[in-house]
Amino acid sequence: MDVLNPMTYDAEEDQLRDRTKYSQMDKHLIPVEFQQQPVSTGTTIVAVEYDGGVIIGADTRTSSGTFVMNRFTDKLTQLTDRIFCLRSGSAADTQAIAQVVTYQLDFLSAEMNEPPLVRIAANCVRRMIYQYRDDFLAGMIVAGWDKKLGGQVYSCPLGGLLVRQPVTLGGSGSTYIWGYLDNNYRPNMTQQECYDFVLKGITLAITRDGSSGGCARIAIINKDGVERIDVLGNDLPKVFDL
Amino acid sequence: MSSIGSGYDLSASQFSPDGRVFQVEYANKAVEASGTVVALRCKDGIAFAVEKIITSRLYESGSNKRIHNVDKHIGMAVAGLLADARQLLTVARDEAKQYKHDYGVSIPVKYLADRLAMYMHAYTLYGFVRPFGCFILLAAYESDGPQLYGVEPSGVTYAYHGIAVGKAQQTAKTEIEKLKLSELKLEDGINEAAKIIYQVHDEVKDRMFELELSWVGQVNDGKHERVPAQIFAKAESFAKASLEEADDDDDEM
Repeated sequence: MDVLNPMTYDAEEDQLRDRTKYSQMDKHLIPVEFQQQPVSTGTTIVAVEYDGGVIIGADTRTSSGTFVMNRFTDKLTQLTDRIFCLRSGSAADTQAIAQVVTYQLDFLSAEMNEPPLVRIAANCVRRMIYQYRDDFLAGMIVAGWDKKLGGQVYSCPLGGLLVRQPVTLGGSGSTYIWGYLDNNYRPNMTQQECYDFVLKGITLAITRDGSSGGCARIAIINKDGVERIDVLGNDLPKVFDL
Repeated sequence: MSSIGSGYDLSASQFSPDGRVFQVEYANKAVEASGTVVALRCKDGIAFAVEKIITSRLYESGSNKRIHNVDKHIGMAVAGLLADARQLLTVARDEAKQYKHDYGVSIPVKYLADRLAMYMHAYTLYGFVRPFGCFILLAAYESDGPQLYGVEPSGVTYAYHGIAVGKAQQTAKTEIEKLKLSELKLEDGINEAAKIIYQVHDEVKDRMFELELSWVGQVNDGKHERVPAQIFAKAESFAKASLEEADDDDDEM
């Protein structure tokens, strides 16, 4: 709050109000109970391009503070026939963005009489995030297949950046597996190698990140369509447990 | 050939008893009175050739060009009222700019042609405006090959392999039909287009004219531009030479 002009709106302060309350007993701010915490997709999301398409994957935990609100969330949201987005950050914000972009792409594909390009979908997502950067908390990955450039992965993180990458991670759990990516990703992997890479990455992140958990949802997108695979908790690859 | 509208031709918001909108047909007349434009969709690109008629020696050469750029990859050639065409050029550029702003990729020429057609059509619906008196040709070299679109004053748009518009459109069309466009390379297409312009140019009615040539294709990576000076010179001399040949043939007869 600007003391000299207290009526101005400050997004940071507004978000702080969501998470804290004043305790009469302790006479200072304390975190609010989990029931009143904003719902976030704590998350681990992974996307990788291969020759002929993309493979995307995410964990399935939605948390509200320490409470697991949904343990089988679907964070792989379909925007068009062959384009998906992976959502991390605030569940409400990312759902709203996905809904608006789905509408925009639907309208555009009707006008153009052909499926939209992945780059166009990524731009629509990026524009929304950039326009409302002070209000949204949304880190998204847009991945899919189109006739012009084949499989593509675009990263649209918090501030409203757009960059195409052959492989990318997102969400709070991603911090624990960047090293795994650096060590294990190679360009021109086969579809099976990419699938194993994505599944192992999500599993490792789930093991270490409290905000990621549950099962792994994976989708393989190529010119023939979308194949969805849900790997349930006990089927995840084994990681050495101390 | 000219039909009398007899009262049903005063505004674009009226149909005639036989279902015609005369104002739109009169707009086509304005197109037919302008210098010829020839466009050829060759195997690997598109060639534009324009007969820019000069009415006075006092005009600076190169003024009032009839070939323009809409974004880097789309070329626009116009036949008809140049002032109307100028506004449509601005509209087309705005559309291209907005598309790039919204979607991050360059506008596909088919989509631009549709948007321009919708705009031109809107002016054929009301009594307080008149239709645009120009025929717009749009060309681009996209990932699925060269694309050539033409938009009429009525707002109808077609994709073309080859087209001629303007004074000598009938004669030029006959010449175009003699070419095998699907096998023609762009370098040869430029020469052929220039030749057609010289052939159909009426020396008696319009003394002076300037030839405008432009191309877009594999050769310049899909960036529409006027042809470089040497290519222009080569095309012009090819055109002039073929005129002399035709003259010689006439003499022999």
